[in-house]
Amino acid sequence: MPSADFQTHPVFRRGVAPHIRLLVYIAICVVMLVADLRFRYLEGLRSWLSVATYPMRMVAAEPVNLVGNTTEYFSNLATVQFENADLRRRQLSDAEKLLTLEHLERENAKLRELLRMSKRVRTYSVPAEVLYSAPDQFSRKVILDQGKQEGVEPGLAVVDADGLIGQITRVYPIQSEVTLITDRNQAVPVQVARNGQRGVMFGTGHGRLELRFVLANADIKEGDRLVTSGLDGVFVPGLPVAEVETIERDAGAFANITCRPLGGVESSTRVLVLSRAELPPPPPKPETGEPKLPTLPPALPRATQEN
Amino acid sequence: MQFTNRSNRILQPARPVFVYLSLFFALLLDYVPFGAWSDYVPDFVALVLAFWCIREPLYIGMGFGFLLGLLVDIGQGAAMGQHALAYVVLAFLANALARRVMWFPALLQAVHVLPILLISQVTMAAVHWVAENGQVPELSYFLPSIVGAIAWVPLTYILLFPQFQPVDRDENRPI
Repeated sequence: MPSADFQTHPVFRRGVAPHIRLLVYIAICVVMLVADLRFRYLEGLRSWLSVATYPMRMVAAEPVNLVGNTTEYFSNLATVQFENADLRRRQLSDAEKLLTLEHLERENAKLRELLRMSKRVRTYSVPAEVLYSAPDQFSRKVILDQGKQEGVEPGLAVVDADGLIGQITRVYPIQSEVTLITDRNQAVPVQVARNGQRGVMFGTGHGRLELRFVLANADIKEGDRLVTSGLDGVFVPGLPVAEVETIERDAGAFANITCRPLGGVESSTRVLVLSRAELPPPPPKPETGEPKLPTLPPALPRATQEN
Repeated sequence: MQFTNRSNRILQPARPVFVYLSLFFALLLDYVPFGAWSDYVPDFVALVLAFWCIREPLYIGMGFGFLLGLLVDIGQGAAMGQHALAYVVLAFLANALARRVMWFPALLQAVHVLPILLISQVTMAAVHWVAENGQVPELSYFLPSIVGAIAWVPLTYILLFPQFQPVDRDENRPI
């Protein structure tokens, strides 16, 4: 035991005992975890460190891109021809749809005017590319190459050509993080396209989706398409989300419904970040207490388009 | 510094610059998006950190674990402090076992390192278990630790390579 008049020789000094240091570090880590997971206090530090490590992460991603590009370059001619034929076929069918679209849009506007309904939700969009998927085993997340500078805000929907794939959960200055709809903690309010039956879609963590809180006797069939309902005031209504795969009705009050996502949730590389250009009307005020205002991104002077 | 405490050969001292560079390079490797392969790729930072915590317990320890952990958290989009906590625990265990592990040949060192790597992964799983209402990972989650332990022997030779150089370059050189 060192007493007051005893001093360790400088050669043997090793600072604070390792156990104490371990406890201090663990305490710091736990405080950081709680601050980050529960209160989101560390977003500033995170975004600062994200910018600082950006060059490193770009350098690290380069070999993978190189391998991908090389295999693409040497890919079979037949594959390219097949893809070309497919694209031509798509273009033809799209051209036909485009021709009718303009006509339908005008008709829709007129009919809505006649019925005195409000105009459809307008959207703005930011095209983005998936840089890489976060290798965290516990979540399904990808990183996009567009960030705050391009007008990306937390909460926006991310879609690919076939449907919804996720939601922006974190925005860095030059990048943003998307939580895919297959993540366990991701919920999407949806409705059945056929009859408007509403429900909430949750990820399962392994590539499938689960429609919860739908009564066992509800009108829902295998093969039904589910689209976003837009009731959350964040997602644009009508985005295709998933297709019902299996239904089990013998598990109590609610049915067990498994769905298959329509978009290439785990495979898409080019995506679109979609948002409402206008704020929806605020929800009805409760009788008592502070009225809660929707925390939505402000409308931005982007290329707006009628949806 | 010897190769192990039983070997007769005296190695050159580790250069701090090389130690830092190897940790930096491991961080770079951890940032590489391996995609579908990421289940089989070892956690390079954990491995290299454990290596230097065993080789140089006086210089590399929990502080480095904490800093590197935060940087890995950023790269992986994980909760801030998740990897930091795991690496602090790993560094503490590796520092504590350093004197013992050095008495064994590289293959048996790997047997010591495997539980250290597993404990650091269990720490991360525990964080998720608490934060996400009892989410338990699949068994394949622990595969990177096993691959890491297998990679320990080649890693030992790669990271010790500069120290194997003779003091006098001309000593063993054929004419």
